[in-house]
Amino acid sequence: MSSVHLKNIVKRFGSFTAVHPTDLEIPEGHFVTLLGPSGCGKTTNLRMIAGLLDPTEGEILIGGRRVNEVPIHKRNLGIVFQNYALFPHKTVAQNVAFGLHYRDVPKSEIPGKVAAALELVQLPDVGERYPKALSGGQQQRIALARAIVTEPDVLLLDEPLSALDANLREDMRVELKRIQDKIGVTTVFVTHDQSEALAMSDKIVVMSAGRVEQMGTPEEVYNTPASEFVANFLGASNILDATCRDVSGGTAQLEAPLFGAFGVPAAKAGGVSPGPARMVLRAEKLLIQPPGTTAEGQVQAEARIETVDYQGQTVRYFLRVGDTQLQAINMIDERPFEEGAAVTAGFRPQDCAALPVEAPR
Amino acid sequence: MTGLGWHLIRGYAILVYLFMFLPVAVVVLLSFNASQFGSFPMTGFSFRWFVELANNDAILRAFRTSIILGLLTALISTTLGVLASLALVRYRVPGANLVSTLLIAPILVPEVVLAVALLLFLNFLGINKSFTLLLFGHVIFTLPFVILVVQARLVAIRRDVEEAAMSLGASPIQTFFQITLPLMLPAVLAGALFAFTISFDDITGTLFWKPGGVETVPTQIFAMLRNSISPEINALGTVMIVMTVGLPLLGAAIARTLSKKSGL
Ligand SMILES: Nc1ncnc2c1ncn2[C@@H]1O[C@H](COP(=O)(O)OP(=O)(O)O)[C@@H](O)[C@H]1O
Ligand SMILES: [Mg+2]
Repeated sequence: MSSVHLKNIVKRFGSFTAVHPTDLEIPEGHFVTLLGPSGCGKTTNLRMIAGLLDPTEGEILIGGRRVNEVPIHKRNLGIVFQNYALFPHKTVAQNVAFGLHYRDVPKSEIPGKVAAALELVQLPDVGERYPKALSGGQQQRIALARAIVTEPDVLLLDEPLSALDANLREDMRVELKRIQDKIGVTTVFVTHDQSEALAMSDKIVVMSAGRVEQMGTPEEVYNTPASEFVANFLGASNILDATCRDVSGGTAQLEAPLFGAFGVPAAKAGGVSPGPARMVLRAEKLLIQPPGTTAEGQVQAEARIETVDYQGQTVRYFLRVGDTQLQAINMIDERPFEEGAAVTAGFRPQDCAALPVEAPR
Repeated sequence: MTGLGWHLIRGYAILVYLFMFLPVAVVVLLSFNASQFGSFPMTGFSFRWFVELANNDAILRAFRTSIILGLLTALISTTLGVLASLALVRYRVPGANLVSTLLIAPILVPEVVLAVALLLFLNFLGINKSFTLLLFGHVIFTLPFVILVVQARLVAIRRDVEEAAMSLGASPIQTFFQITLPLMLPAVLAGALFAFTISFDDITGTLFWKPGGVETVPTQIFAMLRNSISPEINALGTVMIVMTVGLPLLGAAIARTLSKKSGL
């Protein structure tokens, strides 16, 4: 088990920069997720940690030791690939035992370790089978067993769940987290799925176009997004123009055309100073109520429902306030509102966040 | 199309096959003829010509030459072919397309042209004909077949399987022998077999390149034919057919069993 440190890493492919200067510290034993849309450089970062790609600039430290010159097979890693990458010509037991042959493990201890690893992934009885005879979910469990049986310093997972179907994916998510908790290995997990990232991570690194947008706990990136990109990428957000009147006493006073004046906690308005600003309101925090409802402590506006997207326990409304379209995701109480209905939309000011206006990029 | 049309086509196809395979069947049949003329009518069934064949020193020598030549060609061609395929598929070689085309080219160039070209080139360098040169020639025109077969297989082997092996602690060389080679073994064996049969079968290039006094089975048959059509030739033809048809079939069967076992 070891910490991982990417020190001012840059990766260029020819003239294309896939990873802009990035500094990333992953403490020992943490579960850190690189989250971002396809093509933002997640895999590139992971492959540099693995030693499958050389960084163009910067240093990679594992356990405090520079590993730029250490080839992949000497880095003591476990990697789980998107498509399992099991050895098709070896049995499950031979797959899991593979890494042990390259370590100082006495031959007599190998079967025991293999059995323990298969036990850990809850597939104790498939050792004699070939990978082809297993389902996708089972193959991914074997890939995980193979990666952790060697007690690696770092476990790297590149979209390991994305080849599985939805139900299985959620089961495996819980399973993977349970196993990681149990063995406590430093883990770097790559995904483009925000719910995976939120559910599993100690820390999330949100990336966009080769840059780190924000690094923080799931709550931090969810509740206080550092940029409009983060606010939009993690769930649905309403991002509106506003004006900041004043920041004092732990409160930032905002004024938005639709909702009037209200104060948000300064902790959720980092970097905002008096002048133009942006307000960020998560779709789940915008509450749709019968017209004329007044609620203590809510900022409200009259609205009309345009589209209803029914999702079972929740419903997603697209509504119009003045000439602005907003979205709201609410729990369903009895029945959702109908399309065309007049409603009152409201939110608590403390659920709102504010961002400085971003320079166009 | 009418039923009659189909019948005509079917009849025509049968005639084409007869034309192709009847001579082969006749040779095989006549090789068991007891008569001392290598032609009809059959006067009885006998292994006599095979026994004579086994006692004919020139033919035995030719067989030994052909087999040694074929085995060496297969070994060298397969080794080079595997290395070339690895380089072309797994590493970014500058000008990979050009190299690939050059390696495949000997298939496209008529063999006579290739044979003459190599000979002239060696004359130019002042090198004499030798067994090594013959071997060299055979390697050149069997190599493309090996590369085509092995490359096709290698492309289908996922890179992440090799990366997984390396991440688990196997060096690149260990990864090759533990993962890549076993996965492409059916193609490697098929390539080796191709190389062997093509070499064993070849006459054009061999006639140009062979040093005096050295005969392979095809050139030996060719030489014998110039004197007379002895029934021994029928027997020799039968042996050749068994080797060049039977070996690839056997190889294909082995390859199939292997790939079934590896669960591909
Ligand atoms: N070997 C390569 N050569 C050129 N460009 C590459 C190479 N690998 C990745 N890229 C580019 O780098 C960017 C980041 O890729 P990647 O790290 O795979 O993204 P992600 O895993 O986040 O989807 C992409 O635009 C991709 O096209
Ligand atoms: Mg990726």
